[in-house]
Amino acid sequence: MAKIHVTATVNGDEVEFLCELEETLLDVLRDELHLTGSKEGCASGDCGACSVMLDGRLVCACLVLGVEMEGRSVETIEAMAAGDELHPLQQKFLEHAALQCGICTPGILVAAKALLEKKPDPTETEVRFWLAGNLCRCTGYDKIIRAVLDAAAEMRVS
Amino acid sequence: MSTAEKLENGKFKWVGTRPVRPDGVDKVTGRARFGADLFLPGMLVGRVLRSPHAHARIKSIDTSKAEALPGVKAVVTRDDFKEMPSESVAAGEMMIDYRDMTRNIMAREKVLYDGHAVAAVAAASASVARKALKLIKVEYEVLPHVIGVIEAMEPGAPVLHEAMFTEGVEPTPDTPSNIAARNELGRGDVEAGFKKADIILERTFDTAPVHQGYIENHACVASVSEDGKAELWCSTQGHYMVRAFCAKLLGMDISDLRVTASEIGGGFGGKTIVYLEPVALVLSQKAHHPVKMVMTREEVFRATGPTSGANVWVKLGATKDGKITAAEAVLKYQAGAFPGSPVGPGCMCAFAPYDIENVKVVGYDVVSNRPKVAAYRAPGAPISEYAVECVVDELAEKLGLDPIELRLKNAAKEGTQAAYGPKFGPIGFVETLEAAKSHPHYNAPLGPNQGRGVASGFWFNIGGESCATININEDGTAQLMVGTPDIGGSRASMAMMAAEELGIDLDKVNPVIGDTGSLGFSFLTGGSRVTFATGKAVIVAAGNVITDLRERAAKIWDIPVDAVEWEDGFARPTSSNAGEFDPLSLADIAAMAAKTGGPIAGHAQINAQGAAPGFGTHIVDVEVDKETGRVTVLRYTVIQDAGKAIHPSYVEGQYQGGAAQGIGWALNEEYVYGEDGRMQNTGFLDYRMPVASDLPMIDTQIIEVPNPNHPYGVRGVGETPLVPAMGAVACAVEHALGTRLNELPMSPPRVLKAIGAIGEAQA
Amino acid sequence: MEQMRYEAPDTVDAAVALLVGAGGETRILAGGTDLLVQLRAEWIEPDLILDVKKIPELTEISKENGGFRIGAAVTGAELGEHLGVKKAWPGVVEAVELIGSVQIQSRATMGGNLCNASPAADSVPALIAAGATAAIAGPNGRREIPVEDVGTGPGRTCLAKGEIVTSIFLPSRPAHSGDAYLRFIPRTEMDIAVVGAGVSLTLDGGGKCSAARVALGAVAERALLVDAAARALIGTPVDDAALDNLAKAASAAARPIDDKRGTKEYRIKVSGVLARRAAQAALERARQS
Ligand SMILES: Cc1cc2nc3c(=O)[nH]c(=O)nc-3n(C[C@H](O)[C@H](O)[C@H](O)COP(=O)(O)OP(=O)(O)OC[C@H]3O[C@@H](n4cnc5c(N)ncnc54)[C@H](O)[C@@H]3O)c2cc1C
Ligand code: FES
Ligand code: FES
Repeated sequence: MAKIHVTATVNGDEVEFLCELEETLLDVLRDELHLTGSKEGCASGDCGACSVMLDGRLVCACLVLGVEMEGRSVETIEAMAAGDELHPLQQKFLEHAALQCGICTPGILVAAKALLEKKPDPTETEVRFWLAGNLCRCTGYDKIIRAVLDAAAEMRVS
Repeated sequence: MSTAEKLENGKFKWVGTRPVRPDGVDKVTGRARFGADLFLPGMLVGRVLRSPHAHARIKSIDTSKAEALPGVKAVVTRDDFKEMPSESVAAGEMMIDYRDMTRNIMAREKVLYDGHAVAAVAAASASVARKALKLIKVEYEVLPHVIGVIEAMEPGAPVLHEAMFTEGVEPTPDTPSNIAARNELGRGDVEAGFKKADIILERTFDTAPVHQGYIENHACVASVSEDGKAELWCSTQGHYMVRAFCAKLLGMDISDLRVTASEIGGGFGGKTIVYLEPVALVLSQKAHHPVKMVMTREEVFRATGPTSGANVWVKLGATKDGKITAAEAVLKYQAGAFPGSPVGPGCMCAFAPYDIENVKVVGYDVVSNRPKVAAYRAPGAPISEYAVECVVDELAEKLGLDPIELRLKNAAKEGTQAAYGPKFGPIGFVETLEAAKSHPHYNAPLGPNQGRGVASGFWFNIGGESCATININEDGTAQLMVGTPDIGGSRASMAMMAAEELGIDLDKVNPVIGDTGSLGFSFLTGGSRVTFATGKAVIVAAGNVITDLRERAAKIWDIPVDAVEWEDGFARPTSSNAGEFDPLSLADIAAMAAKTGGPIAGHAQINAQGAAPGFGTHIVDVEVDKETGRVTVLRYTVIQDAGKAIHPSYVEGQYQGGAAQGIGWALNEEYVYGEDGRMQNTGFLDYRMPVASDLPMIDTQIIEVPNPNHPYGVRGVGETPLVPAMGAVACAVEHALGTRLNELPMSPPRVLKAIGAIGEAQA
Repeated sequence: MEQMRYEAPDTVDAAVALLVGAGGETRILAGGTDLLVQLRAEWIEPDLILDVKKIPELTEISKENGGFRIGAAVTGAELGEHLGVKKAWPGVVEAVELIGSVQIQSRATMGGNLCNASPAADSVPALIAAGATAAIAGPNGRREIPVEDVGTGPGRTCLAKGEIVTSIFLPSRPAHSGDAYLRFIPRTEMDIAVVGAGVSLTLDGGGKCSAARVALGAVAERALLVDAAARALIGTPVDDAALDNLAKAASAAARPIDDKRGTKEYRIKVSGVLARRAAQAALERARQS
């Protein structure tokens, strides 16, 4: 089957890939580029495990076609830490034990980062509604919400 | 200081603290590799063709067109799996029969539920695999189906298994039915007990089957080489179980199959059996390539284990002052397409929190055209205990007693004879009730349309076989290996116990999960057993390391080993009589290992006995919108006896996660079937698990009544937190409405119906 | 099967030409939040996927005759950030913002919501209540029709082959008027409406309702404009009696089915409840405007 050639920016690097029309951005990231930090929980936009930033907007990578990526830029969980330095959200997730199995964690971190970029001082309710598209079955969300609020507080100070 | 002394004084260095988990960084950076994250050279994509019918005889399967499609490397059907004789084995906390297992992974004579696997392909790409599935022709003779448990028990219901005659009734019936088994337990004389009662309540409850809802779909990669040796990578709660099941189904030697557990994205009991793994192995063997198989979410819902839906009848009798004199229940649990619901533990747990003289519980294991149930957190217990807790609450209401007081009057304590058999050792049930009673939450005011519920719960917790190895590296660091997959932070607890025992810093211990080729058999991560049983293995292994270390020090000092003691990470002479020597640290001894006899290690292979039950009490406030029937959870508190919390954050996490799952079960989660017997809500949009905005913070209180059978007092905490939740939420809703629903989920239409805002007649 | 093709033209004319020229099934791709799900589930197997997000006309919001013309491919997130539209038609914007999660909002469009023609689409009752129109371009030129005429049944629209919706027009907002949209879902987020109700109303100088439009979603094969419910408000001070009548009219107009998301009787009851609550919210806004 003829594949389509696409050039896009992934985590700051220009990459080229071939994809079938039916492949989503998530398929491309995982199966073509082997960036497996973005997870597939549903492939239908319901769980948020595949959350990435597409040209500065938070999207489900499973609901974007690979071919739509031509000339566009995506950022994934793999780009969240700056070198050895974890992002404050990552650090707070560790400190608060905001993950159990960890499958939802990459998507939640990407989504939470998008929130704090838009709203550095969110309320608990705002965090909860912002993260409503990210399912976590293990934690009951409590520690996740606390970690996000704590990271926000720390980021406002620094 | 000895462990006992440390426990007494609470003088632990690591146990009871909240360090960052060792695998944490990998999990927040996306580096951790889960089931679907492995890529092998030449790997193919495997996919399963599933039945569109709830019940049908397979007349023929024609795979020739699929096999001819370019890019297709292998196709398998029932013909690729051999018949298995009936043989029951433990799969986690449930039992499973190999005869059924082989039929569940690939249908043989019949398909028994929508989504039942009928064939599978391995192809060069996902798109080719999808096309290949469409080219497989299956001829079905569609049969009448039955979905509900009560319907399935009726005479004349479509029978799933023509050779199934109810076990446990005398004489064995001579006609087949969907009732696989009847079991009964109890003690005392319930008739006499009810005679002593001033008040008797009898209620019937219905609960919907619910899915474990792990976010990671089932996934595996199999690679079989030409000599028959195989490697399997999969997301599982127990890779030794996967090995045992696959080897048995495929007729392999156990030593020929090496299974590695990937990181696991949730299981809750649902990843204690095999679905894709044997199929991937056979595909790989046929295709001579590694094969990766990943389920879609729809497949997970249609074909993997929910827990039972059920119908439960409960009868309680009590005196005026609230002493329960007799308790009786009949439990009818759905097993799914094959026998083996958790009705057994459901019966055992039903009245376990209470000290009741006269108890009788009867359970029925009932098959119907649904996916075979799998374990789900305290399998069986949440259903029966939900029903019992609702009646206990109503009893308190009718007697004008506080529901916690009523429970305190009847609570099981150390020495109580449980109806299911044993006498309880030290348990913390009363402590959770007392804590609940004095908790600010319990005494906070409520607003209009709000209600508060409390309920308690019990689960056995289990022990069992575990191995652990500690290898001391040349630089004094320790490599800790266990065989139980880390599903929620257990690496941290294992490493903490090892560091505590050895007296070294936690960051010097590197815990890993060994594959089946690296470590001996370990039972799975389930039954709330890992911190208890594998933890015990770690402690024994550490003890063996210490013995070795003492011997090395004795050698270095040239004194008898008995004259060397190990304390806080140092070998020291027991007294000055033994000689004047500077203490040797673990690192000092490790550096001299080559000269003193070679590498230093400790191993343990144990069958951990003495698991101790967990009790919890939940308090919840809800508000009900009486015009729409929506229930909002306002406040939630979980109080549970952990025995000892090794890493309190992860204990709290278990409490919170269990409560959240219970809220979902109580309010909105259910399977919706069409007339055609097909599941209609096969995605997260319509299978409504709680999202972040649905829940409040979930407060926790850890009670610690130590388990005497674990050096640190650990009980295990993973399952109990789900048990009280449905009862607590149900009682809260009932108090807000003034009406009892006796049905789960308490979805908005059911709530409106219960308060008469909409009537049966209008429908 | 023919190989699926992907095109992303940058003008409406080119898009129409591609659609007209294509054999077999064609699908427009806007945000893809419906389309990709349907593709994955293999409910649809189009021969051509036509991405309209590169057409400027479809991705802009502009002022027109005191109202707003919103490109069919404007995302929910972009609409939510447009203060002008939000101020004039808060009910429409809140309806669009209810669609899915933040992630979905980054992609989902009103054009997609309308043309997917789900009876439960959230923006549609709000748009109908607002008196919005849809601009359509096709091989035979352009036309503009009321939003309520676009959907004809579940998954069906009145669009002919080669036609696309280019924009949605929200008229200028009269003085002392307000709109609101409410939906019922069992959870707080990430659900499809069990019932949706949009109300737009205008008050005269004396605080009496002079004009109203009421629309319901998820209670029939497509969103309903309920004249009887509007009449229950017009000429009244939107008091309890009027609201009771509105609720009765809304429940009477609902003709739902039982499905996985709710029962028939439940939907009938809640239609009235939500219509009433939406009218109260719209009234509050009208009083403040
Ligand atoms: C997780 C999730 C949650 C959701 N929640 C909601 C919700 O709460 N409420 C709700 O209403 N919907 C919901 N949806 C459905 C969907 O997001 C909305 O319908 C959305 O508005 C669709 O817009 P889109 O741009 O993504 O459409 P697309 O998927 O791109 O298109 C949808 C359909 O419309 C056609 N189409 C698109 N644009 C045009 C055009 N300009 N002209 C002609 N035809 C066109 C397409 O061919 C396709 O058939 C949800 C979806 C997901 C995945
Ligand atoms: S995988 Fe994309 S939202 Fe679930
Ligand atoms: S930590 Fe397991 S799903 Fe969130």
